[in-house]
Amino acid sequence: MLKIENLHARIAGKEILKGLSLEAKAGEVHAIMGPNGAGKSTLGNVLAGRPGYKVTDGSVTFDGKNLLELEPEARAAAGVFLAFQYPVEIPGVNNTYFLRAALNAQRKARGEQELDSMQFLKLVRGKVNEMGMTPELLNRAVNEGFSGGEKKRNEVFQMALLEPRLAILDETDSGLDIDALKQVAAGVNALRSPERAFLVITHYQRLLDYIVPDFVHVLADGRIVESGDAQLARELEAHGYGWVREHASAGAGA
Amino acid sequence: MTSSAPFVQSMCDAAASLRLPGSGLGWLDAARAEALRAFAERGLPDQRNELWKYTSLRALAQRSYAPGDADATNRDVDAALLQPSPVPGPRAVFVNGAFRGDLSELDSLPEGVAVRSLASALHESPEPLRFLLDRRADADDDGFTLLDRAVAADGLVLSVAAGVEVPESLHIVHIGVAADTAAAWHLRSLIELGEGARLRLVEHHIGAEQTGHLANLVRDISVRKGAHLDWIVIQQASADAALFRRSKLRLQDDASVDFHALELGGKLARHEIRAELAGAQSRFVSRGAFVLHGRQHADMEVLVTHRGRDTLSNAVWRGVADDRARGVVHGRILVQPGADGADGSFYNKNLLLSPDAEIDTRPALEIYADEVKANHGATVGQLDEQVLFYLRSRGIPLELARRILVRAFCSVTLDGIEPASLREHCEALLAEQLPEARA
Repeated sequence: MLKIENLHARIAGKEILKGLSLEAKAGEVHAIMGPNGAGKSTLGNVLAGRPGYKVTDGSVTFDGKNLLELEPEARAAAGVFLAFQYPVEIPGVNNTYFLRAALNAQRKARGEQELDSMQFLKLVRGKVNEMGMTPELLNRAVNEGFSGGEKKRNEVFQMALLEPRLAILDETDSGLDIDALKQVAAGVNALRSPERAFLVITHYQRLLDYIVPDFVHVLADGRIVESGDAQLARELEAHGYGWVREHASAGAGA
Repeated sequence: MTSSAPFVQSMCDAAASLRLPGSGLGWLDAARAEALRAFAERGLPDQRNELWKYTSLRALAQRSYAPGDADATNRDVDAALLQPSPVPGPRAVFVNGAFRGDLSELDSLPEGVAVRSLASALHESPEPLRFLLDRRADADDDGFTLLDRAVAADGLVLSVAAGVEVPESLHIVHIGVAADTAAAWHLRSLIELGEGARLRLVEHHIGAEQTGHLANLVRDISVRKGAHLDWIVIQQASADAALFRRSKLRLQDDASVDFHALELGGKLARHEIRAELAGAQSRFVSRGAFVLHGRQHADMEVLVTHRGRDTLSNAVWRGVADDRARGVVHGRILVQPGADGADGSFYNKNLLLSPDAEIDTRPALEIYADEVKANHGATVGQLDEQVLFYLRSRGIPLELARRILVRAFCSVTLDGIEPASLREHCEALLAEQLPEARA
């Protein structure tokens, strides 16, 4: 479904990704771990099309299409979803209105029938129940005055509603207490399906106790230096990122 | 130099040819003649005048206008213009500057509410209006005020008796329709709310696409003890119209005014609002927004004077300018000696949607009293790229995302508009004015 080859990307003139390659198939959950500054968030942002990032080499194909030439909204309509590390507050824009505008814009772009307000409300109420979301948050402005946990849950809620094919979670666990973390993980696990792939970007292994990945990749200095299964995350937790660097350079030298 | 310009000349010629209501009254003739002399001498305001700093009238000074529209009292008016909002209620209609009793609907007004045209008031009983019209030119009078005093041929004279609460919204509908030549008209209005009275006044400016007219409105609004006025201005004047307004409000003890303005139309639209919080615990709350495109120019001057003790003023204004439009916002809070306990704030944020648009905002505080709270803030910026990306990353196309954000930016100024149907009407007008909707 997603194929990243030799991806090089820079922001503000600084090269962050330096030849990253990764392949994810439908149904798989890939965890991307790594120290601060390794390029984890850059990867998520480049995939979602955030302005300011410049891809200088390499390719990203998504369902056989060149993802990099699509506008952010077209990527969303194609099924890419980025759960933001720092979801923005949008005063004056009602959450329900925003969700409906987003869903209908995607449906329209895919040539599907837009939902009227009755159909949409029915759908949204169902998702609210499924996800254990506070219904009151729907009537507020998008993320305005939300706590850190509420913002992250709202990201997962949007994901549930928009049903992407590729969900990228950018440090969704950061700033969450253990209860909020469990709720967010439960929301994500509920969305795991054979048709959907996840990239779970995280600094800590903790989240992966709750969202158990099929693959773990270690990102360091703009490249994937180590890949393995869920066990790799535990080793990282035990030995720290320094171990990976040594391990990787030892491997490269052998 | 300005005094010899075509505009001033055309106005002086007009004054000579007009048959103004009430002419023949000694005091009125004298006041008008004196105002005209002062106007001819001072001419149009220029940019050395602090209140006109960012609004140039040089192009206007080169134009000339016909003295009103001779056919204003019998022009046909499109029914849609007569009912500019879905909100029911009595209405007073002016067409090209003339009151139209035949188009107005005032029968449902409760007892204690009197609505008349200035022209008929001057015919029937001019003396009660002498305090308003018999004035000498002073330093505060600019060219438009003087001109209005010299040649205003009509206006609205509205009074609500003490204790009367008017249940329905009263609509004042100013309609511009195309005349044979570009015309200028001048209205002088007086609105008085007696003690404890309550009124919601919805003022509409609406018109045909092209009229080329100039409207000059001067009004005094007096809000007596404990009275409350909700005043909503919805300005959708013709795209080539020039609109100059000066509104002086005076509030007695415990009086309050909630003012809302939605400024969308006109080529050049100015409103100078002077609110004097004369009485203790009087309160003036203003919310306003303009959304401009093309070469529109809007100038909003919000000048609040705190004179009484424990008075409150609170202003939130938003400006949006696209294309080559130009906006001006000037918010001034003046706290006079003795106005202890005053609480004044003025907040203004602006959005530029094009590199060629410009908005000048100037908040100003002048404080001469003790124990005063005063705050102000003003910004001019662009749409937040991070927020735009957030919307787009959810599938919302760029143009729609921009529209959603601009609308959200302005809609805070619509909070508090009642009834809900009027607020919805304003929301819809706002949406129509936004970039993509026009395309």
